[in-house]
Amino acid sequence: MGGGKNKPELIVGGKRTDGRAMDELRPIKIQVGILKNAEGSAYLEWGNNKVLAAVYGPKEAQPKHIANPDRAIIKCRYQMAPFSSLEEHSRSGPNRRAIEISKVTKEVFENVIMLDNFPGSEIDIFVEVLQSDGGTRAAGITAAAVAVASSGIPMRDIPYAVSAGKAGEEIILDLNKIEDNYSEADMPIAVAPRNNDILLLQMDGSLTSEQIRKATDMVIKAGETITKLQREALEARYS
Amino acid sequence: MIAENEEYILEMLGKGMREHERGHMQYRDIKIETNTIPHAEGSATVDIGNTKVLVGVKLAVGTPLPDKPDEGALVTGAELLPLANAEYETGPPSPEAIEFARVVDRGIRAAGVVDTDALFIEKDKVWTAFVDIYVLNYDGNLFDAGTLAATTALLSARMPKLEGDEVIREGNLGKLKTNGIVTSCTYAKVSKNVLLDPNGNEERIMSGRLTIANDEKVVRAMQKGLSGSFSFKELTELVDATFDKSKQLRDKMKQAIGD
Repeated sequence: MGGGKNKPELIVGGKRTDGRAMDELRPIKIQVGILKNAEGSAYLEWGNNKVLAAVYGPKEAQPKHIANPDRAIIKCRYQMAPFSSLEEHSRSGPNRRAIEISKVTKEVFENVIMLDNFPGSEIDIFVEVLQSDGGTRAAGITAAAVAVASSGIPMRDIPYAVSAGKAGEEIILDLNKIEDNYSEADMPIAVAPRNNDILLLQMDGSLTSEQIRKATDMVIKAGETITKLQREALEARYS
Repeated sequence: MIAENEEYILEMLGKGMREHERGHMQYRDIKIETNTIPHAEGSATVDIGNTKVLVGVKLAVGTPLPDKPDEGALVTGAELLPLANAEYETGPPSPEAIEFARVVDRGIRAAGVVDTDALFIEKDKVWTAFVDIYVLNYDGNLFDAGTLAATTALLSARMPKLEGDEVIREGNLGKLKTNGIVTSCTYAKVSKNVLLDPNGNEERIMSGRLTIANDEKVVRAMQKGLSGSFSFKELTELVDATFDKSKQLRDKMKQAIGD
């Protein structure tokens, strides 16, 4: 966000760098159940992002002292592969950014999974970003939601996530990597579609209240498309 | 003990009340003191009720980040010190501490508080500003206290000089170059209630937390935390409330730095 002296033009002739309209999503493809060992899994391509999500459990919480006698706990790990970006090889293992994303992703699923059904257990959610091009936390949550649904663990809803932001004075949906690097604002949001509850919200940059309103409207509209793709992927696996 | 507090707070909220006769959208007393650690280039201690947070700023000569070769760097860390709360433990930073530091960092960065261009020395040589947030006593709302203390410490920091390879940190020095000011307002969701500036008891039973950092004109950073949710309507209302509530925070900060 915001950096760099050689800032590229993000919008030329009313189109974005990759030819999209302001409120247009990148192409999204979701495949359910491709990892045989996991209770639930999903592979998602979102533009140039390639993300795997897998769910294990519910199983006995380990170590025992972290178990909650009233409900299941969720462990979540989001990680980017060292070869995932166009830049240099990055150190493997979660960095501070990944630890924060893992935390806020976990909190999304604490809201929608029926944790009371599994006292004393843990549910593990793994998100591995194999190739990254901006918006990986949103892609990870969208994929993990499908993975959890396919595991049969009861959920109140299947959440989706997408980012909105600002390029110049234009509000744009679903920022790619270049837009993410040079935009005036980035605001990833995760939503429960049944009641439009906000489950994840982060933002940095510069937005007025009016621009926040416009961006959230765009997110809700895009959510209809993402939700449909998630449901179609699940139906394709189980019909 | 926690269960007792929980019942008591929920019972009061049912009657539209809060501990210490506070309104839902009312801050506790806020105290900001600058230069509390004169050895640091900049420092500030902030009290919000019984929450006490100290920030120290140090500048060191280093190499630039690979993607920003012509500007200095800003590094923000947070320590939830074991002396601040019976529940804090020693060891590497927890996800909570990392989230806290990164949210404060994003507000400061997005508002351009530190002029990182002015921290450029020469090719491959820049100043790095280290902002270390020390939580000394926990009673809720670390995010607002941390942002207040970090911004105040930066706005009041002196700029060391480089003479040859030697860093001069004392004597006749100018100020660290800054370009903005940022504060944050944090709201807790406790059952259906939204409470500004949650104290420790309220935080122990909150389901969700929303922090909105802004300057006079725009929102600079936001972070929703925990499993509870907020509606889009609540978000819009709280953004507007933040523009209103943040005036008093900026005034207190300006007063503390003698601006």
